[in-house]
Amino acid sequence: MKIGKAFHPQISPICADEKEPRAHAMTSVSLVCDLSWFNLRNLRNLRIDSRFYGMSAPLIEIRSAPHVQSAKTVETIMRNVVYSLLPICTFYVFQYGISALLSIAVVTGACLLTERFFVGTGTQAGRLSDYSAVITGILLALTLPPGFPLWMGAVAGMVAIALGKALFGGIGFNVFNPALVGRAFVQAAFPTAIATYTPSFLPGRFTEFIPSTLAWPLMIPDSAAAWLKAKNLDALAGATPLAKWKFDGVLANADELLTSLSGHMAVGPSPLLILLCGAYLASRRFMDWRIPLAVLGSAALTAWLLFAFDPARYPNPFFMLFSGGLILGAVYMATDMATSPVTPKGMWVYGALIGLLTVVIRYYSGLPEGVMYAILIANAASPLIEKITQPVPFGRGVLDRVKKRATYPLNPGYISREEASAVTPKKRFLPNKPKK
Amino acid sequence: MNTAHYKTWDEFTEGIWRQNPVFVMVLGMCPVLAVSVSAVNALSMGLATLFVLVCSCGLVSLLRRMVPKEVRIAVYIVIIATFVTAVDYAIQAISLALYDALGAFIQLIVVNCIILGRAEAHASKNPPLPAMLNAAGMGIGFAIGLFALGAVREVLGAGTLFGITLFGAGFQPWVIMVLPPGGFFVLGAWLLFFSWLERRKLRRAAPPMEAGQHV
Repeated sequence: MKIGKAFHPQISPICADEKEPRAHAMTSVSLVCDLSWFNLRNLRNLRIDSRFYGMSAPLIEIRSAPHVQSAKTVETIMRNVVYSLLPICTFYVFQYGISALLSIAVVTGACLLTERFFVGTGTQAGRLSDYSAVITGILLALTLPPGFPLWMGAVAGMVAIALGKALFGGIGFNVFNPALVGRAFVQAAFPTAIATYTPSFLPGRFTEFIPSTLAWPLMIPDSAAAWLKAKNLDALAGATPLAKWKFDGVLANADELLTSLSGHMAVGPSPLLILLCGAYLASRRFMDWRIPLAVLGSAALTAWLLFAFDPARYPNPFFMLFSGGLILGAVYMATDMATSPVTPKGMWVYGALIGLLTVVIRYYSGLPEGVMYAILIANAASPLIEKITQPVPFGRGVLDRVKKRATYPLNPGYISREEASAVTPKKRFLPNKPKK
Repeated sequence: MNTAHYKTWDEFTEGIWRQNPVFVMVLGMCPVLAVSVSAVNALSMGLATLFVLVCSCGLVSLLRRMVPKEVRIAVYIVIIATFVTAVDYAIQAISLALYDALGAFIQLIVVNCIILGRAEAHASKNPPLPAMLNAAGMGIGFAIGLFALGAVREVLGAGTLFGITLFGAGFQPWVIMVLPPGGFFVLGAWLLFFSWLERRKLRRAAPPMEAGQHV
């Protein structure tokens, strides 16, 4: 049975609700649903909500097809990603002490407050409780140096949510990864502070803040180099492996990159732990395994080709993979669902593009690290990638190529009338047409 | 008589607020983004444009019956270019540092669409006095817009306003604010602010919605 507008005169006002225009956009088009969907078991779908409509409000919200119920909601996925980030954060705090802990807390807090403000304006998709702002905050904090001034971290968090997400309409509508937007902003705004790293496993890191952390708002942070000198560490100890390779020609060892237990290099969050947590997410299907694999594979391949071409000039692929933020970017940043392609082939292309661009930026630009810009560029390209990698409808092989592919919806079973070479039946003129 | 006065006054204030060239019409973005690095640059650019705007609109209005319709744009351009040349030399004489900072954007006032737009839409149809008043309003509005951008960018980008230090010696400059992206960010923020004001005005003017009523 079809329920149309005539049957349900109260339905149309829902569509014009200003509070959640996107959530209801589909209902205005098709109000066709069958009675089997309308049974008691699904009554929990019928949201009773009189907040926005007053007492004479319609109590039924009708959603468009598909009416599939899955245990995976946005909130579930995001919550599990946060869980998987916790071990990484714990080890990060163990590496860098209370400065890192405070940095994570402040950046995440700034993200949540900004999200709360924009959700409060009623123009956003998503809620504060869907954990997406928490992920943005934690990831942003992990990409910043541990001793990054807290006020700059707060600026980064606010910019990430406001400019990276809220401006586009909230969760799912953003074009670029919000955490990377925030980081790109502070990298352009405060280039000195963001390049100042301190070594991991410093003695006394749980009792003493890195001096740059507690800088007054809007003021230049204290120099970390002088502080390190007072601790009898050489001034270069705080360099990241990539900066050390780029500017001093020193190649870090594998043990230093993987655990950073032997030396004093600033390696950031542990790559092995990130891979482990990523494997957990992929196994629970909260993340697509194709993207990290494509990013790392493509970066390794490019680095290996160059290394084979001139081993004296280019570092080995292992160094390329495990230094800097490539692993974190590949596992947590590039796989952001809103900003990466949804087609399987597209994911490979997207990941390969990120890996290639990362290596190219690291080798041939003035910057030591290129993961951030590589991912942002690939984010911008992902609608195009999605468009050219549409899956062929089921039942069509290579020989029987579809001339005009469906662009929407993405259901592989969908074949439009034109593709199915359906011909509109010709009009027949009936001979016994009544004459006047 | 009274209504005529009112109309002229309205035409003057129109450019400052209701039809502000920067924040409402979003015209002349090239100098707005390029020279608003500091408040001094922005304000002097605004004043230069104001002078050219008022003088050229007055002259265009005086000549409005003599200029043939077919060649009017060329005539306007020659008139505008004359005043731009005068401003160009004047700034060079007053401050060479400022002249270097503004660069090619002084000469580019010639092709500023606000000026040509005023000449075409208003000055060529009105007597000199209303035309000049309207142009002055637009010029002041443009200068205000430029100053609003320049002040924010200078305060964040250098910690100063008109060269006066605001936050003491230890201020951390936001490098991005003096770079081109900073111009876009600040302009976007101002546009957002003005559209929010406009929406708030509309919302307050609208009658209150009854319970259960759907728009």
